[in-house]
Amino acid sequence: MDTDESDEWLLQGLRSGDEQAFGTLVDRYYGSMIRLAMSFVQNRAVAEEVVQDTWLAMLRGLGAFQGRSSLKTWLFSILVNRARTTWAREARSVPVADAGPVVDASRFGPSGAWTEPPEHWIEEAESRVDAEKLRQLLRTAMDGLPARQREVVLLRDVEGLTSTEVCEVLAISEANQRVLLHRGRGKLRQVLETAFTGSVGGSSGGSFGGSFDGSSGGSSGGSFGGGTP
Amino acid sequence: MMLWFFSRRRRPLVCQQVVEMVTNYLEGSLSAADRARFETHLAGCPHCTEYLAQIRETIRLAGRLTPEDLTPAMRTDLTDLYRRWRAEG
Repeated sequence: MDTDESDEWLLQGLRSGDEQAFGTLVDRYYGSMIRLAMSFVQNRAVAEEVVQDTWLAMLRGLGAFQGRSSLKTWLFSILVNRARTTWAREARSVPVADAGPVVDASRFGPSGAWTEPPEHWIEEAESRVDAEKLRQLLRTAMDGLPARQREVVLLRDVEGLTSTEVCEVLAISEANQRVLLHRGRGKLRQVLETAFTGSVGGSSGGSFGGSFDGSSGGSSGGSFGGGTP
Repeated sequence: MMLWFFSRRRRPLVCQQVVEMVTNYLEGSLSAADRARFETHLAGCPHCTEYLAQIRETIRLAGRLTPEDLTPAMRTDLTDLYRRWRAEG
């Protein structure tokens, strides 16, 4: 993060009515906030409303903010609260994690050893892939995750919060956080493997080009559908 | 009871268990004994080593996702919001 002007310094500015300080903070966190809000409401207009609500709630709570958590964690906590209370969905009461293994059971033999081991794709992802295409693939894959997994992966791996901060923002236990993170990351890995190698617990050998192009359209969605190929 | 517990814990891990322990491993939440069993397995299993590397790569790639930019309209809305809040006080 660009902390030429630290959050703390900007907060001082906010309190004393410095509009520019507010603008700087908004620039710094708006994108992350929209992305997080979209995870809850999945509608751009509503997400923008949640973010606006969040800023207002933040300003109103400014006097009480002790700085015990980082501004980012605090903002995210407000946002999650507002998203949940204002836009509570029945889906939020479903169990914490979907059941089932993180790698399809068909890829292991009776002894529990790999019969269809992970195919190599890291080098490809690092050196030969169009970065924008890769980002697009990952965004689509993130969208395909169950909401709670997406929220945890977003906060941990995309936003870079610590596990403690994620638990604070989402009001979940460390153990839940780990389960959700585990499942979310596992699914993202599977999407990448499928996109790069064309294997999804079945036949392998798909060429990178074709399968990669295809996956941004539909195949990643399919692999999330039922959790099993 | 205790003996059963011990004999069960000391059995070597199989791949299918290892992949389910990867996040706990990366989070540092495995017990010392489980961590040792996990690492012993990895030392002899190129596939699980690859799997762990792929999870690490997945994390790295996710970390490169960039937030979208603020649109001028949203910026204006938010500046108005700040002015309103100032007027409240």
